[in-house]
Amino acid sequence: MRPLASQPDNSRKEPFIRITKRADISRRNAALIRSAAVVLALFTGALLIITLGHNPFYVYADMLKGALGTKTVFKETVKTAVPLLSAAIAVALAFRMRFWNIGAEGQILAGAMGAAYFALFQYKSMPHWLLLIVMCIAAIVAGGIWGLIPAFFKAKWDTNETLFTLMLNYIALGIEQYLQNGPWKNPRSGFPKISMFTAEAKLPKLFGVHIGWVLAILLAAAAYIYLTHSKQGFETAVVGESTNTARYAGMNVSKIIIRTMFISGAIAGITGFMQVSGSDFTLTENTAGGVGFTAITVAWLSKLNPIIMIFVSFALAILEKGANRIQTTFKIPASAAEVLTGVILFFMLGCEFFINYRLVFKGRKERSNG
Amino acid sequence: MVKQTETAVLLSNVVKRFGRVVANDKVSLEVRRGEILALLGENGSGKTTLMNMLSGIYYPDEGQIFVNGQEVRIGSPKDAFSLGIGMIHQHFKLVDVLTAAENIILGLPGKAKINRAALAGEIREISQKYGFRVDPNKKIYNMSVSEKQTVEIIKVLYRGADILILDEPTAVLTPQETDRLFDVLRKMKADNKAIIIITHKMHEVLSVSDRVAILRKGQVVGTVETKDANRQNLTEMMVGHAVSLKINRPQPAENGQEALKIEGLTCLNSDGIKALDNVSFTLRSGEIMGVAGIAGSGQKELCEAITGLCPVQQGAICLSRPEGENLNIVGLTPTEIIRSGISMAFVPEDRLGMGLVASMDIVDNTMLKSYKIGKGPFLDRKTPRALAKDIVGSLEIVTPGLNAPVRLLSGGNVQKVLLGREIASKPMVLIAAYPVRGLDINSSYRIYDLLNEQKKKGVAVLYIGEDLDVLLELCDWIIVLCGGRVSGILDASQATKEEIGLKMTHIDALKEADL
Repeated sequence: MRPLASQPDNSRKEPFIRITKRADISRRNAALIRSAAVVLALFTGALLIITLGHNPFYVYADMLKGALGTKTVFKETVKTAVPLLSAAIAVALAFRMRFWNIGAEGQILAGAMGAAYFALFQYKSMPHWLLLIVMCIAAIVAGGIWGLIPAFFKAKWDTNETLFTLMLNYIALGIEQYLQNGPWKNPRSGFPKISMFTAEAKLPKLFGVHIGWVLAILLAAAAYIYLTHSKQGFETAVVGESTNTARYAGMNVSKIIIRTMFISGAIAGITGFMQVSGSDFTLTENTAGGVGFTAITVAWLSKLNPIIMIFVSFALAILEKGANRIQTTFKIPASAAEVLTGVILFFMLGCEFFINYRLVFKGRKERSNG
Repeated sequence: MVKQTETAVLLSNVVKRFGRVVANDKVSLEVRRGEILALLGENGSGKTTLMNMLSGIYYPDEGQIFVNGQEVRIGSPKDAFSLGIGMIHQHFKLVDVLTAAENIILGLPGKAKINRAALAGEIREISQKYGFRVDPNKKIYNMSVSEKQTVEIIKVLYRGADILILDEPTAVLTPQETDRLFDVLRKMKADNKAIIIITHKMHEVLSVSDRVAILRKGQVVGTVETKDANRQNLTEMMVGHAVSLKINRPQPAENGQEALKIEGLTCLNSDGIKALDNVSFTLRSGEIMGVAGIAGSGQKELCEAITGLCPVQQGAICLSRPEGENLNIVGLTPTEIIRSGISMAFVPEDRLGMGLVASMDIVDNTMLKSYKIGKGPFLDRKTPRALAKDIVGSLEIVTPGLNAPVRLLSGGNVQKVLLGREIASKPMVLIAAYPVRGLDINSSYRIYDLLNEQKKKGVAVLYIGEDLDVLLELCDWIIVLCGGRVSGILDASQATKEEIGLKMTHIDALKEADL
């Protein structure tokens, strides 16, 4: 038999820090940790600003001013928040089913292309209100189909939805670029650009911002009710938890996956429609512009609760607009402003770890009740 | 025996917490060389946690561990091995595509080239010394559960362990295999090794151990010499109060009607291998039929075929309906089976992964199978809430509230929620797969009572079990599965454990023809 390995040096090698899971945490403590995270984020951001040679108080104040200071910038902030909110709702539906839809970007573009077709080529054939409805339906169908494709393959052959939805983003982008360079190119322009929509294809405004904001809030309320009180929402949650349980309960898992992803894609499609018809008034390769990815952050920060998403998307919009502002007023480079945003998001997401876990330092006896 | 009283391991006031749960509360324990110590306790009493601290998987929050009289810090399984401590886990940690010998040396330092002949020789030497039967060149995936366990034990011995911990080693073995394992353990004991065996089976404790340490709720409530112990007093120490260990078996209904008739049922499992092969039996109303067999002998597929979850290759599954003729449900989906008017309840083996939704509350879990009832796209939570309240009340479920996620409940309470819901559907046929697995004694007896109540009401109960003693006491009939085939259908009041154990591993070809 093998001799024993050399005796280890068992000299007090208690680890310096250990991580233990918390017992449930009170609401107050959770709020405390979150506020601490905000303070720490602002503090770390301040260090960054100081190294750039600015006064952090002025910079933060200017960020707020740039996002909320005047009516005009406030409207711009809302305009930024709207697509974030509706795209977050879209991905949250899929995430509730543990279907990792990171293809909202492509689904937004698909919806935008669907809407743009009618805006560009059919605007003469119907009245204003009907055109908008038709554009919206086209966006729903196009976005829905873009969401349905990976769901179908997942349901039939258990393909990996993360890769699949991601790849479909590039395909959607490729199609858009083809349209922009070829069949939909504005013949009077030297650049490969699609012409601007006519007034008939533009969303009306309410309180100075395109009506999409009302639509997004309605969507949030509807999604909340759908997820918590509808039979379909229940099925989505059960499938997300365990497909075995779903089968045991007599649910048609494939049907539920396909249906939920159609809805998810459709809502992303509506986002695309709102962008082209309410904000950009044309279709470009930047129509989605990363919204589909930022929406994932919004969805998780809100713990997939559509009502909380209203506030979180607005907060992220403030951050984005504020970061834009300080680029011009303080000549802070765009990349540094992005780092600042990243720092704040990092702390917000990172604090969830401290809500679930606790660090125990070497030598400290644990309290009997965590 | 030499050095009988030499202390191998001493635990002193060891504490381990997980969040608010105190898994081990100031546990002190002595393990001696040349003895077999049984660690007895109900599920959740902290046996495995305690041993995981010895084997380096967990690190204690407080307290000291002494090995061979020296205080040690065991920070990793590697540390444990170098102290001569080896643990054989309940779930084997072997690489399926490698041979026994390869698994045994896996992770050990050595040259790039393996001297297979020498290795095989060493393994044979260990095997002969303790009476193992193992082929060093056999691949793990070709092995039976008991062979795999043997490999795990040799793996630990090969690394020079002289303090062995076995976590519920008999849970997956037949009575015959258990006896063989115990012979090996006795030989290792004679070789002056310290052996700790974790179990909750009383008769094993009594037959193999020298001393018994009893854990309850994370604390050692006592250590007794096995020769002074008996079933009753051990149980009382384990549970904390007097319990009756007799399972009541009411008379089965006379001339119960055929509720479930299975003929020539053949199914493939998910790997395309025959999991059920020409299975036939009849289950009548008002009786409990037990299904015995080694784990993975087709029990899961049998349950799932009857409930429409596992596709059927061949054969018929006929269920009686309150109205209308018997119906062969082969080829129907679970939804279609429900729509056809058959009332069947199924308590699956995987409670939180199949029977219930772990993150949902009791109300939502109560409506898991009935949420579609009622018109419109919205859920009606009123009726399920009332039903959930009923179930919680009548089965005395301990829960922080109806809105607490079921994953927060203890195993026994989780099972009560599941069984409560299934019984509430007033089934004709009730299928319960391992309904007491992981439950404490009190909860287990409550579950037996509930099944007996159903039997008295005229429900046909199919009980998939693993504890042969329970099967013999509770059931009217026992059907033994061996490799997906029926190796015998026995009258439970006449059959013996040995008889069932034998049928679990052997099929008598002549007898089979008669079935």
